[in-house]
Amino acid sequence: MPEPHHPPRLAVALDAPGVPPRHDAAHYTALARLAEHGTLDFVTLGDRFGGPGPDALAVLARIAPDTERIGLVPTVTTTHTEPFHVSTAVATLDWVSRGRAGWTVEVSTTEAEAALVGLRKAAPPAEVWSEAGEVADVAGRLWDSWEDDAEIRDRATGRFVDRAKLHHVDFTGRAFSVRGPSIVPRPPQGRPVTVVEVTGETGGPDRGPSARREVAAARADVALVRAEDPQTAGAARADLLARARAHGRAPGGPLVLASLPVELESSGDAAGLAALLGDWFAQGVADGFHLRLADPVRDLPRLVEGTVPLLRERGLLRRSYEGTTLREHLGLPRPASIYALAREAAR
Amino acid sequence: MSPDPRPRKQIHLAAHFPGVNNTTVWADPPTLRPTTAPAGGTSPGSALGSQIDFASFVHLARTAERGRFDFFFLAEGLRLREHKGRIHDLDVLGRPETLTVLNALAAVTERLGLAGTVSATFNEPYELARRFASLDHLSGGRAAWNIVTTSDAFTGENFRRGGYLDHADRYTRAAEFLATAHALWDSGPAGGPPRRVDHRGRHFAVRGEFGVARSPQGHPVVIQAGDSAEGREFAASAADVIFTRHSGPEAGRAFYADVKRRLPAYGRRPEDLKIMPGVTFVLGDTLAEAQERAVEIRRQQVSPQTALLTLEQVWGVDLSSYDPDGPLPDIDPDPHGELAQGRVRIADPQAVADRWRALSRAKGLSIRETVIETTGRQSFVGTPDSVAREMDHFVQSDAADGFILVPHLTPEGLDPFVERVVPLLQERGVHRTEYTGTTLRSHLGLPDPARPARKD
Repeated sequence: MPEPHHPPRLAVALDAPGVPPRHDAAHYTALARLAEHGTLDFVTLGDRFGGPGPDALAVLARIAPDTERIGLVPTVTTTHTEPFHVSTAVATLDWVSRGRAGWTVEVSTTEAEAALVGLRKAAPPAEVWSEAGEVADVAGRLWDSWEDDAEIRDRATGRFVDRAKLHHVDFTGRAFSVRGPSIVPRPPQGRPVTVVEVTGETGGPDRGPSARREVAAARADVALVRAEDPQTAGAARADLLARARAHGRAPGGPLVLASLPVELESSGDAAGLAALLGDWFAQGVADGFHLRLADPVRDLPRLVEGTVPLLRERGLLRRSYEGTTLREHLGLPRPASIYALAREAAR
Repeated sequence: MSPDPRPRKQIHLAAHFPGVNNTTVWADPPTLRPTTAPAGGTSPGSALGSQIDFASFVHLARTAERGRFDFFFLAEGLRLREHKGRIHDLDVLGRPETLTVLNALAAVTERLGLAGTVSATFNEPYELARRFASLDHLSGGRAAWNIVTTSDAFTGENFRRGGYLDHADRYTRAAEFLATAHALWDSGPAGGPPRRVDHRGRHFAVRGEFGVARSPQGHPVVIQAGDSAEGREFAASAADVIFTRHSGPEAGRAFYADVKRRLPAYGRRPEDLKIMPGVTFVLGDTLAEAQERAVEIRRQQVSPQTALLTLEQVWGVDLSSYDPDGPLPDIDPDPHGELAQGRVRIADPQAVADRWRALSRAKGLSIRETVIETTGRQSFVGTPDSVAREMDHFVQSDAADGFILVPHLTPEGLDPFVERVVPLLQERGVHRTEYTGTTLRSHLGLPDPARPARKD
């Protein structure tokens, strides 16, 4: 397996399963700033449609102006929400953070969550994941529906936009249709970063790992794989990359981050974590890591003060940010609008 | 003249981020720049602000907070307007998603209320109640929701729910939507487990628990815009603020009296609902200068292309061969013609056309001049002193409780008002010099809603 050339990507979850959710912005701001001080790529914030705590995308929008470089990746549920709203909210997170937005695509499969909306019954994972893939697809098209230079402000003709560079997406999926174009001009990253957790546990017992992997393989920029050992992580990565090739994606596929539960009882632990990450990365089983801290308030300072310096010493983590957008941190190119490409090709 | 025995009413002020229509002057000729440049100066052309960059929103919100305004207001768009089947390209197009921008603005302001327009047609009560409760928490009690409904299938083409909403159902759905949101907000955990909500109505069925703790304001402030009898009744029953278009003194007083007299039937006091017309303003060092500037702004807002397009919206037929500087067409409107989508439909095109033609003949106006004359005008035009006096009189004579100001430039259009008019309102004792509370409800003088006692 070829060694990745980019140093490992590193992300951290701001929430933890056993910790009650907080409603105050100061809590999240402090954690995100600490992660930014540690020059991590991004923070994630989980969410569940019927879950406790504030809306994750709202929280990360709230802290965006209080941070400068760190990527902001909320979980967004696609099952009982409108794809158009999902797309515009994530695009707007990219605007207010000046190019630091991503989103973790999630679904809702429980009857309890369906009852909160009352529109339809809960559906099996394979079905809602197939729909989630369509939501990710249409979100990308809506982000592309304004070409980058659609706004022209041409005083001579009185035209604010060049409507040849605005596009109806005319998307018809199995569960919904969207006419388009977006109301939000193309966001700074072109397309905010799409993340899929391929071994997620959110939403109850997961009976749809294959459906998750298919969406990740087809649509994700970053896939998160929960793994306890490097062999499991490596196997999942190989599987994902093979599936991505089957979808016709370019070599490189999604970046695969091993998502690890982390509990830092002591600064010894923090050094051990650096060694473990270095070891897994050297084996080529992951493109980086997503750390799920047992208690972020306790563990994140230990991570930043203990683990981060050791990773930097080994050349496994930047000393300062070179880029300003999440795509730049991750080494992902800024995609061109599919509509701009089609128009160019037709010329 | 005997002194009025009543205490002087305080003027409530809000700032509307310039909308995506031809009120916004995007071409920004230098003559339209604010007369008072912001401290530190601006480089030429800097008022050519982006309508999408977050910096524009920060500038306007901070300016409003500097002026001790009650709240910042965002409209909503869910589909780009079209004309003759093509995307409209003459006005500012494109805007960010409302709640995400407001959450971000909460980080760069401290006291300013944050009001967002969100349709009750293409969202569900549980989801939206959760998003507004989140904003209320994350802003420390500054959230407001301008509840609107959408009836056109054109907008519906972007949504799962699809097309349409019967016009007659708009307010029953909005009322049930709001009642459901209230039930959810009241059920959130506040030092105890959440209460179960079980709502089964005509439009919604919501069963389960609301996971967001009771928010600082209990219920975010509710704003309603709408002028029909049903709209006024809905506002009287459930809204905290009405956003009206009645910016003339006579129409304003009639509207004010009509809405306020509806309140007792709902056990509410007149001061429980604030009436705030959306208004524009133009300032000058002299009245003549302000009037001249107002005319020039109107000319910028109604370009020759925009004049023809406005005419086509009334006539319902292609008029592109007409000269905008020539006379109005003598053909009659097509009553079934529908060229514009995503705009409010004109109820009786023939009556509008007759009125416009009569005006054009009487005054010898061209197409463009007629459109300028008939489609909106500046509400307050004058010197800072005359505008402050006029606004004060408007409020003290019960034509309004305050104003939602709509500047014509982004993002610096509010600057001259805050720098030149606000101090005069403060001198008159009708506008706060400092915030006294931290929540939007406290700015508006509205009581916090009581949390209903547990029934179980």
